[in-house]
Amino acid sequence: MIETLLWLVGYQLAGELISRSFSLPLPGPVLGMLLLFCTLAARKSVPDSMKLNVPRFLSHLSLLFIPAGAAVLAYRDLLAGFGWQLLVVLAASTTLTLLLPGLLLKLLLARHRHKEEA
Amino acid sequence: MNLMAAVEVMRTSPLSGVFVTLLAYKLAVLFNRRCKGHPLSNPVLIGVLLLLGWLLATGTSYRDYMKGGVMVQMLLGPATVALAVPLYGNLSRLKRAAGPLAITIVFGGLLGIISAVGIGWLLQLPQQVLLSLTTRAVTTPIAMSVSQGVGGIPELSAMFVILSGIFGAVIVKPLFSLLGMGDDMVLGTATGISAHGIGTARVFQLSETAGAFAGLAMGLNGVVTAILVPLLAPLLH
Repeated sequence: MIETLLWLVGYQLAGELISRSFSLPLPGPVLGMLLLFCTLAARKSVPDSMKLNVPRFLSHLSLLFIPAGAAVLAYRDLLAGFGWQLLVVLAASTTLTLLLPGLLLKLLLARHRHKEEA
Repeated sequence: MNLMAAVEVMRTSPLSGVFVTLLAYKLAVLFNRRCKGHPLSNPVLIGVLLLLGWLLATGTSYRDYMKGGVMVQMLLGPATVALAVPLYGNLSRLKRAAGPLAITIVFGGLLGIISAVGIGWLLQLPQQVLLSLTTRAVTTPIAMSVSQGVGGIPELSAMFVILSGIFGAVIVKPLFSLLGMGDDMVLGTATGISAHGIGTARVFQLSETAGAFAGLAMGLNGVVTAILVPLLAPLLH
């Protein structure tokens, strides 16, 4: 567990450091994820401790979004001010952005496979 | 016995914020299982509703709650980093599909911005709200900083992100089943592009591969959006 935390917190910190030093648009954790991915690809294996603990940790990812959801309470007036229009925008945009990229990727993968087989 | 003091502890102690969050999550997971994983019983949605119920019932302000809530939220950073592990597990699939994935994520990033702002513009939302909508599809920390940079309201952007994420997490499975798009890579990538972390948490329940690609798409879409929004925002002025 401690070893897993050292890896994860360490890579997040490294991500934060690089992101701040070069004023990059990506937040530390996202950069940390990309860095850790490169490290794993370079060493060609996942340390045993992470192999065991990471799936357990990620199975509770939903828990970590609950505090942010409660912020609706603090901004309810702001949100209520624009009411139904906002609901339409968020629902329609989310649906479209799920659907069209999904269809595009499906199409591209089918063509890609076709080419590889040919 | 001082009842008022006891109530005050429950309202303001960081520990009670942590406890209430864990309890809301635990109950939401039990409810989700009882509903056999029905999309509407999504643990983030139910957990947030339970928590809001508690905060309103006890008259706890969001600020007081967050003294403890922030400790749970802080784990989001390491969790994001941890997404590298399942992604590495899919390295060979990732390599084979790198081209199609890159094209899809750039297209999705652009669509995420244009669809939100375009529909909002048609519905005559004010300019500052439109600017706050540009980052609807990306993970909260990116959304808040990018939105602030172009003149949006960061807190409003964060709310848009969270509401979209919950909505996306609820509809993704029924939507893709309806269209017969069951492939884990396609499902995961689309979810990461449209519904970021909350969607990622949802598809992790479906498969680790879908979760891995959702995490990757979330991160890369964040990069694409962070680059595109400052370029496109002047069009709204």
